[in-house]
Amino acid sequence: MAYSDKVIDHYENPRNVGSFGKEEKGVATGMVGAPACGDVMKLQIKVNEQGIIEDARFKTYGCGSAIASSSLVTEWVKGKSVDEAATIKNTQIAEELALPPVKIHCSILAEDAIKAAVADYRKKYGAEAAPDKKAAD
Amino acid sequence: MTSARNHPIYLDYSATTPVDPRVAEKMIPWLTEHFGNPASRSHGYGWEAEEAVENARAEVAKLVNADAKEIIWTSGATESDNLALKGAAHFYKAKGKHLVTMKTEHKAVLDTMRELEREGFEVTYLDPEPNGLLDLEKFKASLRPDTILVSIMLVNNEIGVIQPIAEIGEITRAKGIIFHVDAAQATGKVEIDLARLKVDLMSFSAHKTYGPKGIGALYIRRKPRVRLEAQMHGGGHEKGFRSGTLATHQIVGMGEAFRLARLEMATENERIRMLRDKLLKGLQGMEEIYVNGDLEHRVPHNLNVSFNFVEGESLIMGMKELAVSSGSACTSASLEPSYVLRALGRNDELAHSSIRFTLGRFTTEQDIDFAVKLIRERIGKLREMSPLWEMYKDGIDLATVQWAAH
Repeated sequence: MAYSDKVIDHYENPRNVGSFGKEEKGVATGMVGAPACGDVMKLQIKVNEQGIIEDARFKTYGCGSAIASSSLVTEWVKGKSVDEAATIKNTQIAEELALPPVKIHCSILAEDAIKAAVADYRKKYGAEAAPDKKAAD
Repeated sequence: MTSARNHPIYLDYSATTPVDPRVAEKMIPWLTEHFGNPASRSHGYGWEAEEAVENARAEVAKLVNADAKEIIWTSGATESDNLALKGAAHFYKAKGKHLVTMKTEHKAVLDTMRELEREGFEVTYLDPEPNGLLDLEKFKASLRPDTILVSIMLVNNEIGVIQPIAEIGEITRAKGIIFHVDAAQATGKVEIDLARLKVDLMSFSAHKTYGPKGIGALYIRRKPRVRLEAQMHGGGHEKGFRSGTLATHQIVGMGEAFRLARLEMATENERIRMLRDKLLKGLQGMEEIYVNGDLEHRVPHNLNVSFNFVEGESLIMGMKELAVSSGSACTSASLEPSYVLRALGRNDELAHSSIRFTLGRFTTEQDIDFAVKLIRERIGKLREMSPLWEMYKDGIDLATVQWAAH
């Protein structure tokens, strides 16, 4: 399969590979996919008190496009608020990496991974995460 | 061989082999000066081409200890499989409509069987044992009074296991069932003695045995005689079994390739077995690796290994200095992992994590040393990136995890 240079770059030099300590404050995890489908992505975000994603890590079991998609989103979510991160669309990922049609599912999975991490964050830190809710308290 | 980007070390000899330079040299004159049509009876151009074709036919027959009259030319093993299966099923359909094969057969057999099902035949697809081999008792139990045809490959293309063809032939012959064997991956690798084996039809390919692509053959037994309905109609070439002008140069190439195989296979296979064992030994000791298929009943040039927790396509990308193939989904853009490994009962992770290494005539010891070093390094890197590896290391049983399937 002929991949774009960007996919190959992310595959060969993946950004932000790894895991945060489970006890670290502000850390939330999204795990999506299934071994049966040939892709599993784990995306972790570390959110500061202002609700901004300070850092991100990933681990991915999957093809080159899956690895590249998850590597790319760790770069994209950094510096964004949790709400902004949740608006990242798979089409943006697919376009950036010039994914071939058979690999679009990799970008969908990466979008799902962000959403899952954000959902985990809201579940864990619900009260602090939603400022309007806090105000209502 | 070099390890430059476009010329990685070739370890994919089961996909195809280079034409042996000695073979290519023999072929060339039959394209230029000796260009005659072997069917031309009225001049020397035809006569010499016919003689070359018959010499090649004798060489193909000799490798498998058959009579040259039992060999007909086709475009390759896929065509041979189609002609054997459709030809026999159509000819013998008045006797019954049941056919038997295995789930691990090549697509050329499986897809032809599917077509015959659409025509009204009933097909039993047998599961292999976890080591890839056919269980003879299960095979016997699958046969019915209306079974007319059995097709079992000699050597599996993915895992290299050798099926018990001699034993199967005894069973089918006793019951008067036609027995077809796809031997595309077997020539030059295992001894084939058709005087002894009770096989009725056997498919061959040139390009898996250092001959050219686009040429193959079908063995059709004369005693007891096997009948086929032709699939290709025309000038009545090849005793009416397969019409079409014979490709003299291709045929000459196949004949020479099979002649060299007959002369050199004994020493060549020992050399390749040594290299394969060196590769296996080099990988042993790595955590969570699994050899797919029986190691004993196996051709010497094949090693199929699952590297657990690493996905096959990323593995292939990670080892771009090696030309290998993966049983995993993504390379073929289908969503299924290797159906052969699934049939062995391998779980999804292992089926998605397999690499097939196939060695051959031009593989060197240096190639294997390089490969072992590279594989160990890259698997380590990919596992550091794998959430499944991390979970395994944390002692989580992946079978108990609820996956969000997509």
